[in-house]
Amino acid sequence: MRYLIALVLLVLPGLGWADDWEDQLIFNERADGPRLRVISSTDTVLFAPLIDGFVAKNPNISVEYLVSGTADINQRVRATPDAFDIVVSSAMDLQLKLANDGFALPLEDIETPSWAQWHQSLFAFTTEPAAIVINRAAFEGQDVPQTRQGLIEALRKRPEEFRGRIGTYDVRDSGLGYLFATQDARASETFWRLMEVMGGLDVRLYCCSGEMINDLADGTILVAYNVLGSYAAVRAERKDALEVIFPTDFQTIMMRTALVSRATQQPDAAEAFVQYLVEEKPVVQGSQLSLPPLMSQGESTDHETIGLNPALLTFLDDLKRKKFLSAWENAVIQ
Amino acid sequence: MTTNPNVSGSLRNRLVLTLIGGAAVLAVLLFFAVRNYAAQVAQQGQDNILEASVTSILDAAALRDGVLEVDIPYAAFSMLTTPTDDRVFYAIYQDGVFLSGYEDLRLAAAPAQSDWSFTSGELRGERIRQVSASRTLVGLGRQTEIEVVLGQTQDALSRTLDQISRNAAFLGLGFFLLTAALSFWITSTTIGQLNKLTTSVTRRGPQDLSPFKKPVPREMAPLVMSLNSLMGRLDQSLSQSEDFIAEAAHRVRTPLATVRSYAEATLHRVERKENREALRAMVRAIDESSRAAGQLLDHAMITFRADHLVREDVDLVELIRDLVQRLTPIAEMKELSLSMTGDPTVPYSGDPILIQNAVRNMIDNALKYAPLDSTVEIEINGKPEIKVSDSGPGFLPEEVETLTRRFERGKNAAGTIGSGLGLTIAQDVAIAHGGTLVLTNQPSGGACVILSL
Repeated sequence: MRYLIALVLLVLPGLGWADDWEDQLIFNERADGPRLRVISSTDTVLFAPLIDGFVAKNPNISVEYLVSGTADINQRVRATPDAFDIVVSSAMDLQLKLANDGFALPLEDIETPSWAQWHQSLFAFTTEPAAIVINRAAFEGQDVPQTRQGLIEALRKRPEEFRGRIGTYDVRDSGLGYLFATQDARASETFWRLMEVMGGLDVRLYCCSGEMINDLADGTILVAYNVLGSYAAVRAERKDALEVIFPTDFQTIMMRTALVSRATQQPDAAEAFVQYLVEEKPVVQGSQLSLPPLMSQGESTDHETIGLNPALLTFLDDLKRKKFLSAWENAVIQ
Repeated sequence: MTTNPNVSGSLRNRLVLTLIGGAAVLAVLLFFAVRNYAAQVAQQGQDNILEASVTSILDAAALRDGVLEVDIPYAAFSMLTTPTDDRVFYAIYQDGVFLSGYEDLRLAAAPAQSDWSFTSGELRGERIRQVSASRTLVGLGRQTEIEVVLGQTQDALSRTLDQISRNAAFLGLGFFLLTAALSFWITSTTIGQLNKLTTSVTRRGPQDLSPFKKPVPREMAPLVMSLNSLMGRLDQSLSQSEDFIAEAAHRVRTPLATVRSYAEATLHRVERKENREALRAMVRAIDESSRAAGQLLDHAMITFRADHLVREDVDLVELIRDLVQRLTPIAEMKELSLSMTGDPTVPYSGDPILIQNAVRNMIDNALKYAPLDSTVEIEINGKPEIKVSDSGPGFLPEEVETLTRRFERGKNAAGTIGSGLGLTIAQDVAIAHGGTLVLTNQPSGGACVILSL
């Protein structure tokens, strides 16, 4: 084994909640230095190269990597802020609210463009678009839709083909799904029409990108809407059956963000870790999977990245969220 | 003659210090004024944005089927973006009951006359600016009041204030430096007027006692006026003393001459030997008095002229020859001869009357001490120097230093007529012309007095 990875799912049976993790790994376990507890929504396989790179540079630090859903991460961090050193999540709005509510430790020494950080305590380190992923077989001989409107038309054209075989996030459970949905709704009314069409076709609702893509890969569903591009691209490369479409009408682009918990016991190690995430571009070896890098907003003008600013708090307001969810349920659950 | 004035303080320093001190006080005032004003403006800016945000949230409130809905516009929080990413807190209350947002953000007691309240406070360990406002909604016969509180930290504001403070400090400093430079300039131009007057007073000729006519600033007019009046009085008293000297010379000499002629006439008529002796002593005493009076007046005249030396171009040789010709009869009476040697012409710029007077005293001296049938030699060279030497007893070496003092006479002068002023006069003339009077003895015997100009 090139690096020290240990599966600890069976190692820590004593902790009741330990079983709840989607995944739990300790990197560089034999290190004699501090152990960083990283709670993250990113699949281990995608995040592992980053941690490997970090522990290679800091051999005395070990990293415990805990994976959970974005909404769950938010709740756990609020409940026990001292249980985690670093919080990594794709749900920018929840992360920003954590920082705004004072759960994040400001790190003055980290230098990053102003659009890629908030309050010097929340740091973006990837740029990932939301995508439509389709099963090529389902569109044999048909035009592949390139826009949401195109998808609506394709679904309406062959409703029986797609009934019960399309999927999207359950925005009630998934923080990232809620972020994508609210940003879509903000950008265009087409989102609501699409939701109504998908609701009419008995859309399957998922908690996470990973499961959605698994179902897509084994043919359970033919179309997945608002899948995380990074996950989809990984699968699409490995399975020719899938095609990843970045809609051309408008793109919703998310930045994965990290923050250091204010209650951390290892502020220096935690800061070093965030510094590494922000600065280092991990070396991708061969077909090794990894997260896309952070892209400057200046590089592309046709799609806009969701901004790290207080406006992200808007849809987290209880009243606003209730209103949005009821509208969404009206459209999707018929 | 010049006595140093009693100096106390300096106008220049006083002016500069006052102006610079004033500038410093003004600069500090300017700094605080600008900073306070800027702080108010910056706070007003933040308040305006918070107000706009609260307004948009209140506008988004509506009663639907009797239930309050608040659809917070995306722009409401988006507009609160600041360069330092200030934290944002908000709370929505319905009739005083918490509905949504941050429950620890309390409603402020709104002032009675206004729906709006702006306060500064602290929340979660940070200073925040807090705005609250309310709106009454009516629907389905029911009336409800929605209150919105919005708070924002002040990092951006304090950074702006820091910048403004720095700029205000630079402004104040610049103002101070400029004013300081200006005050130096003002002071030197003001003092410059005084200096100009001083220069024109200093540059005046010794006998120029006419009033100042050049224009001066109004503030200096009284000074110039006093100066002019002082000079007028001085001019008057100087001419009075000149008149007095001339008058005194006339009044003393004339009666003495009369007394002397009576005494001589009487001497011829008197037969008895003791009477003749007495009259001869009388004539000698009169001669001595007359000579002393003459010398005293000469000395007074010379002192006056030396103080107000007026130089004119003269030829020393011609000047001395003229004098020698006038003295030759006196020398011949004593059976002495005068000889002049030296350069044919020696041009010099000085007071001819003083120089003649000095040399006459030197020759008189020589005539007094020279033995019978000897020659008094007068030599003039281009240094310029006038040397008068005789073949008399010479000076006693220990007396050389003291002989030029007023009324000081040599020990071997007994039996000769003299006042003790002759060499003093010669030395005064030498000093007035910036020269010296040297008393020596010749190697071959006899005194030698050198007047170098």
